[in-house]
Amino acid sequence: MTTTAEVAAITEERREYKYGWTTDIEQEFAPPGLNEDTVRFISAKKGEPAWMTDWRLKALKHFEKMDEPDWVFLPYVYPPPDLQGISYYAAPKKAPESLDEVDPALLETYEKLGISLSETKALLGITDAAPAQAVAEEQSGEGSDAPSGSRQVAVDAVFDSVSVATTFQKELADAGVIFCSISEAIRNHPELVKKYLGSVVPYADNYYACLNSAVFSDGSFVYVPKNTRCPMELSTYFRINARNTGQFERTLIIADEGAEVSYLEGCTAPQRDENQLHAAVVELVAEKDAKIKYSTIQNWYPGDEDGKGGIYNFVTKRGICNGDRAHISWTQVETGSAITWKYPSVVMKGDDSKGEFYSVALTTLKQQADTGTKMIHIGKNTTSTIVSKGISAGRGHNTYRGLVEMRKTAKDAHNFTQCDSILIGDQCGAHTFPYVDVRNTTATAEHEASTTKIAEDQLFYCTARGISEEDAMSLLVNGFCKEVFSELPMEFAVEANKLLAVSLEGSVG
Amino acid sequence: MTTPLLDIKNLHVRLEDDPAVEILHGVDLRIMPGEVHSIMGPNGSGKSTLAQVLAGKEDYEITEGTIAFQGEDITELGPDERANAGLFLAFQYPVEIPGVSAMQFLKAAVNAKRVAEGKDELDAAQLLKHFREKATQINVPYEMLKRNVNEGFSGGEKKRFEIFQMAVLGSVLGILDETDSGLDIDALRIVSEGVNSMRSADHGFLLITHYNRLLEYIVPDHVHILVKGKIVKSGGKEVAHELEQTGYAPFGVHEPVGA
Amino acid sequence: MTLATEPHKLDAVIDTSRDIPECQSWLNPFRDAGREAFNRLGWPDRRNESWRFTNLDALKATNFVSAVDDADISANTVGGFAIPELDDVTLVFVNGRFREDLSDAPDKLANKLGTNVTCCRLTEAICQHRESIEPFIGKLTADPDDVFTALSNASVEDGVFIRVPRGVTVDTPVHILSIATETDEPVATHPRNVIVAEEGAHVTVLEHYVTTSDDAVYLNNAVTEVFADAEAVVHHYLLEKESESAFNVSSLFAHLAEHADVHSHTVLLGGKLVRNNVLPTLAGPRAHCLINGLYVGHGDQHLDNAMRVNHAAPDCDSRQFYKGILNDQSRGVFTGRIIVDQVAQRTDAVQSNRNMLLSDDARVNARPQLEIYADDVKCTHGCTTGAVDPENVFYFMSRGLSEDVARAMLIYAFAAEGFGRMELAPVRQLLAAEMIAKLPKAQGLSIEV
Repeated sequence: MTTTAEVAAITEERREYKYGWTTDIEQEFAPPGLNEDTVRFISAKKGEPAWMTDWRLKALKHFEKMDEPDWVFLPYVYPPPDLQGISYYAAPKKAPESLDEVDPALLETYEKLGISLSETKALLGITDAAPAQAVAEEQSGEGSDAPSGSRQVAVDAVFDSVSVATTFQKELADAGVIFCSISEAIRNHPELVKKYLGSVVPYADNYYACLNSAVFSDGSFVYVPKNTRCPMELSTYFRINARNTGQFERTLIIADEGAEVSYLEGCTAPQRDENQLHAAVVELVAEKDAKIKYSTIQNWYPGDEDGKGGIYNFVTKRGICNGDRAHISWTQVETGSAITWKYPSVVMKGDDSKGEFYSVALTTLKQQADTGTKMIHIGKNTTSTIVSKGISAGRGHNTYRGLVEMRKTAKDAHNFTQCDSILIGDQCGAHTFPYVDVRNTTATAEHEASTTKIAEDQLFYCTARGISEEDAMSLLVNGFCKEVFSELPMEFAVEANKLLAVSLEGSVG
Repeated sequence: MTTPLLDIKNLHVRLEDDPAVEILHGVDLRIMPGEVHSIMGPNGSGKSTLAQVLAGKEDYEITEGTIAFQGEDITELGPDERANAGLFLAFQYPVEIPGVSAMQFLKAAVNAKRVAEGKDELDAAQLLKHFREKATQINVPYEMLKRNVNEGFSGGEKKRFEIFQMAVLGSVLGILDETDSGLDIDALRIVSEGVNSMRSADHGFLLITHYNRLLEYIVPDHVHILVKGKIVKSGGKEVAHELEQTGYAPFGVHEPVGA
Repeated sequence: MTLATEPHKLDAVIDTSRDIPECQSWLNPFRDAGREAFNRLGWPDRRNESWRFTNLDALKATNFVSAVDDADISANTVGGFAIPELDDVTLVFVNGRFREDLSDAPDKLANKLGTNVTCCRLTEAICQHRESIEPFIGKLTADPDDVFTALSNASVEDGVFIRVPRGVTVDTPVHILSIATETDEPVATHPRNVIVAEEGAHVTVLEHYVTTSDDAVYLNNAVTEVFADAEAVVHHYLLEKESESAFNVSSLFAHLAEHADVHSHTVLLGGKLVRNNVLPTLAGPRAHCLINGLYVGHGDQHLDNAMRVNHAAPDCDSRQFYKGILNDQSRGVFTGRIIVDQVAQRTDAVQSNRNMLLSDDARVNARPQLEIYADDVKCTHGCTTGAVDPENVFYFMSRGLSEDVARAMLIYAFAAEGFGRMELAPVRQLLAAEMIAKLPKAQGLSIEV
């Protein structure tokens, strides 16, 4: 049994959030507060056309009539974000024209985070491919066809409110793929942005999505043309640096008919005593026969052991399978943030389309995560799979919340949901709130869930073979999460393994 | 001239949901009363499809050919009508039905057949007597009838219960779909003894199997080899022995036959 | 007296001016607190998570009266509602009013149940056995979070009080038969039953709601409080066959002490709108709770089931098995929450909800929920929704059964598991027959339970 003292030990470990430093760089800010001027300021800073400004203002107007949601299950009361007290725009003063001109301080920042903005290196600093390969082999159970060197990954780096660099743009352009910041896309590809922005998550969708629509700063834009397989993994690395700001990223990924793309997202923030708001919106559009795979490793600053500070991660992520046989797959590893609300969802409109959600959420310290997915079946023969693994330790609370909706038109649709939780220590909580709504006789929905602790006998078996209890715990937790990790691109799988091990250090009592 | 029990002519079958996929490409097979036939074939040859089509499964569409049972074309009949006419399929994977006792299930089935034959239904006492007799013949514990249909049955119990059902229903043609799969030697022997006890001048059997193991216990009169939806070789029981030596290799498939 | 005109004021819902006999006045503070709670809570709308899938507009728009004169009903009619072959004692209520003339006489009760067992109408207990009932009545509903419970607290009228002393086993089930007839004005009644099983006592109680007319419009807002002391065993049945124009809200509160064992069996067959709350608290170590239910809807019935199982002590186990069969435009709702408190180590909780849709216009909303604060637990829940499995239909047809019979047998089989858990064979048989009568194309199907 884990005692209070031991819980304190765990939190002590986790206090050493290794991304908690800040970058000293000259930045400019929007004056704090949320009003029409703020919106106009942001829009002007980004040189946006009038239609974009109008859209933002429409969202702001709607937002002013909305109430903060109160349905989320949060055992610990938290101070609501002070929407008038923060600045909605923070950016390095020097805007780079090309990769070569990026402020060295920023390059250093990302190097320190393990993100290479140099096109000669791979993502996450894994230049030695051996561990990645080992994971790949372990997960596939056979000699894998993992590349022998490190893979090329194109990176869009977002620092507070702006994208500071996007790598490999030329190589991607040769394949017809557009990968740039959303600000750039608004300027250079207005027809695509106009057509798709808000088509999956309308500006009035929910409180924080509406706020985002009004004040979104930057994020990534991806368009993969018809019958094109994106030649490399795309990724965005989000970093919150400035104090008293929020990050309101907006990402839009479109895979046209028959296109395929895999996209990765990583996040960190400095350690601060006050809460910071991250309210992102991600929209995915998969046309006929297209496939989008979206992976996230979220490691925002989680706050301290008493729940002081940390990021509020209030995110709306949704994809639509517009055409037949489209396929959207979300994979997430959520270890950071003080509070996470996030339900990456799939609307399966096309016949035979497919939605997937694989999630590992770990809460320690006083973290609270309320996360899950919505699978909306509209087309015939649509299938969805949900695999959610929650790990609660310290004084963390982990909630799975999900909706499976089988509309009348969704003939022969099928859902399978597996939702497992483990608890480590007796001061944490694990909660499961699924919603199932079925309206036709040919659809089937299956939901299974279990909550247990790490099996004593497994732990004992491992320790009896000479493995330390801590390593055994880490081993078992990894085994528990394996189904989800195997969905991650391998560089991320390695990162996820490490992240869990670090986060769980000291959890054994 | 005697009417064949089963007479399949030029049977072509495709998937109803995916008409591009044809599984059987012109199968001919005639089973006379009293005969035991075996169809052997590698995985994916269409053996189980043939069994399901004979029993009237709706997932398949017959595009060409006929199936006559005791001289009558049955291609338009539902599975229940075929069963009541005396055709029986022993499933490869018998379905578990929690909530319905085997007794209740069989009572309903026996009386459905009697009604179809224009006979009076049997009362409870007559049914029980009938079940006891058949349980003894097929060597199944009578207690099995008190359990729910196949629920929690072992692999061997399920297959024995299938054969028992055939005996209880008095079907004249038994199609055994991979009845030997997943059985140990003892279970295989008991199941085979049950089948052998039903062999008579009126009854016919079609044994569908991948391996020749079953055929050592239930000796067939005729053996057919089905590969890729067509019967590629027919003959006496020696065909099975040859197959054991050569495998399916002469037919372009590399799978062993002995198990 | 309408719920619609002044939706948040209790005075509009029940007749607060009615005369409460002096002997009941000690309960008035409780009634007053109920009224305050009602006014505070107000009628729920869809934003209230607990009522998210159940719309109360039709109920709120109905003008209810709180009581009517004794209905004219014959002993023969009442006899028709008896459960065949069940050796029970019966207390009859018609439109919420206790009917001495139709109920078993006190000497029969004493004879069947034993002279040391208290079993009487609630008002008699309140007036004549205050010392016996006061420690219990309202204790499980004192701080209501649901408006119907508050309404019940405010309007305690009548019901049944049962107290089984320490170590006594009562073999004869107590049958509380509530009959609704067609009335000039819709009647709202608030029956309350209090069941106390002292240490090691055993008792079985059936709440049975029936009607003489499917056109009768009324509200039965029933609350039952069960106190199972250490080692006590209480089996509770709710057999709901209300008018298909009526509203029924039934709430079963149970408090389980150490090693107590409570079984709740519920079958919802009737009603236009039914809300069935089962709310046990496992308060003593090693308590066990079985929650077993079936809801069968057709037409435009709305059957809402809300379970909240609170594990508040270590080493308890709970089992929930609920099944729904929904035809036509009917809608089924299942919310099952298992809450495991921090002290409730070694909890073993299982929850299963399975639904079968027989029509594309039918709908199911399922919410199986776990809320867990202890680490050494084993909790699972499963939930499925689908139709009759075509593979199973094929298997049955391949044995000669017609498609209709095959389907009916399979639908029945789906439900049968739940009947199998009921201890009383006559209840099983009656329910099986009544369920089959409600299934399409199942006529002539003979089933043994």
